[in-house]
Amino acid sequence: MSTETPVAPAATGSAGPVGPVRPRRRLPQYAAAGVYVVGLLVGALLSALTGFSVALTVGYGVILGTVGVYLITRRVEGRRKATDRLVTTVVTSAFVIAMIPLVSLVYTVLHNGLARLDSEFFNSSMLGIVGEGGGAYHAILGTVIITALTTVISVPIGLLTAIYLVEYGTGRLKKAITFLVDVMTGIPSIVAGLFAFALFALFLGPGIRLGIMGAVALSVLMIPVVVRSAEEVLKLVPNELREASYALGVPKWRTIVKVVIPTSIAGLGTGITLAVARVIGETAPLLVTTGFVNSTNLNPFSGRMTTLPVFSFYQLTQPGFPPEFGIERAWTAALVLIVLVMALNVVARLISRIFAPKTGR
Amino acid sequence: MTITSAPPSPSRAKRRAGDRVFAGTATGAGILILLVLAGVAVFLIAESWPALTADPADLPDGRGLAGYVAPLLFGTLLAATIALLVATPLAVAIALYVSYYAPRRLATAMGYVIDLLAAIPSVVYGFWGIAALAPAMVPFYGWAAEHLSYIPFFAGPASTTGKTMLTTGLVLAVMILPIISAISREVFGQAPALHREAALALGATRWEMIRMAVLPYGKSGVIGGAMLGLGRALGETLAVAIVLSASGGITFNLISSSNPSTIAANIALQFPESSGLAVNTLIATGLALFVITLAVNMFARWIVTRRADFSGAN
Repeated sequence: MSTETPVAPAATGSAGPVGPVRPRRRLPQYAAAGVYVVGLLVGALLSALTGFSVALTVGYGVILGTVGVYLITRRVEGRRKATDRLVTTVVTSAFVIAMIPLVSLVYTVLHNGLARLDSEFFNSSMLGIVGEGGGAYHAILGTVIITALTTVISVPIGLLTAIYLVEYGTGRLKKAITFLVDVMTGIPSIVAGLFAFALFALFLGPGIRLGIMGAVALSVLMIPVVVRSAEEVLKLVPNELREASYALGVPKWRTIVKVVIPTSIAGLGTGITLAVARVIGETAPLLVTTGFVNSTNLNPFSGRMTTLPVFSFYQLTQPGFPPEFGIERAWTAALVLIVLVMALNVVARLISRIFAPKTGR
Repeated sequence: MTITSAPPSPSRAKRRAGDRVFAGTATGAGILILLVLAGVAVFLIAESWPALTADPADLPDGRGLAGYVAPLLFGTLLAATIALLVATPLAVAIALYVSYYAPRRLATAMGYVIDLLAAIPSVVYGFWGIAALAPAMVPFYGWAAEHLSYIPFFAGPASTTGKTMLTTGLVLAVMILPIISAISREVFGQAPALHREAALALGATRWEMIRMAVLPYGKSGVIGGAMLGLGRALGETLAVAIVLSASGGITFNLISSSNPSTIAANIALQFPESSGLAVNTLIATGLALFVITLAVNMFARWIVTRRADFSGAN
């Protein structure tokens, strides 16, 4: 190919097709990005014509930038390269656009929530509070109690089910359970709440609201998550370990308790922590099962209980008068909730890092 | 175990008590899950039975159960459809970007950030929707009502608060985005490396490689992920309850302030103040939601497992 094109690379820009083979022309490295930025700038100008707005700038800019990159690449590098550039631009733009809500969400919650992030928020309940002050002491305790109860119910059932599926299960029952666990993952949270309500209302009469009802509802949501993650982790335990244990005459149940579970403890811990993070922010099932109170109730078996998400919801929708104090409390509760969920996610990562089985490598 | 002429193994003869207890407990836990799921259906039916058999005039609105559920069902499906239409293309783009475009070291961090999005409680999304998204959408609604009113979706009059069906759909889209993109990312990552490298070696551009080697392989995974997202959007409660201004009947007008509510949001808003037959009616609507999401989820699982059966990757 080089023999047919005697022109020096510098001359290719001005020359048209020289000889039978066209020299391959390429855009300089940052040309595409530059064209895109120019497109954004023109978009900003266009939106400035009709009164500047960020949304219009992004809208015009992305379209203009994408079209610009496509046309210029097509002119210089040809159709296939142009399509490739077009998709790259579209995919990258879509990714950046999808990040906007996340950034906006974090900013909004921080901006509105930091105002009331003080010691009073954590140390006082809403008992007798009208207007300023007050806090989420009762709601935080309620969340802790109900989540702990949920964990106590869900983890043994979920773990044992996972053990059944991996170690014992055969045939039709195993298939049915696997399928139904999948189905259970998709139960809408409000339906889980209605189930718990229907269950207790049938025996204790309508109008009943208890903390334990909320824990039952959340368990319906948490068990499938625990089963799924525990099953994945137990499957990872190498069969050689089990066989070695059997060969030493250890019964199967002791093999599971002493070999399989200790080997997979890190993964189990991570899975359970993530499952807790999943249910701790659930609001809808608690709305219909635990009710709402302003005072602190530590007994999940009698009377209504408040949890942090429900507290936050009611403070926003029924802030009382004057409304701004209730709304501030709602945002701070939302902020605390996010921090809690993030912390649980980080703890889950740490568990898998720290307790990972020591391999020979 | 096959039976051979060797002497019968002693371990087969005596099954230890501990073994029997442990196996029994594990099996029991598995069966308990079957019972719970059956229990959800049974108790919901039992509690909604009075509403199913009641005289239509006694129900809230006095239009009978079907007349009560129909607008709610419509609202649920409309909001979920908007969410799905907006979220799926974006989610596929995110998954492709993280799998094949992003710098390798950034990609893991980005995957983690997207997983965090999935962990944010739905009530917080509702807060964000009403405080940030709804006001930001108001100018657009005004413009759309003025210039696009010949399209039924933008018939107007435009809402001045932004608490519309379209805003709700967008909030739901943001919520299901991480779910769809997580599953898409997983299947895109599993696309056979040999196919991808073969495409590149033949001179394909990156997009041609993705179109020929990755997308055909990941298609059913994306559909399955979208169905799971749809299930989540259908059942989403609090975000809708906070964001949507629900006061109307069935309408395709997406930008006005009178919208049909959704089943889940309606339950959350009405339940605490209801008693008697109204509670039974709400539980009956919950039963309808349960059946719909069950169908969607079963369909999604069926698509995903069908891929696993035929992919040959496992």
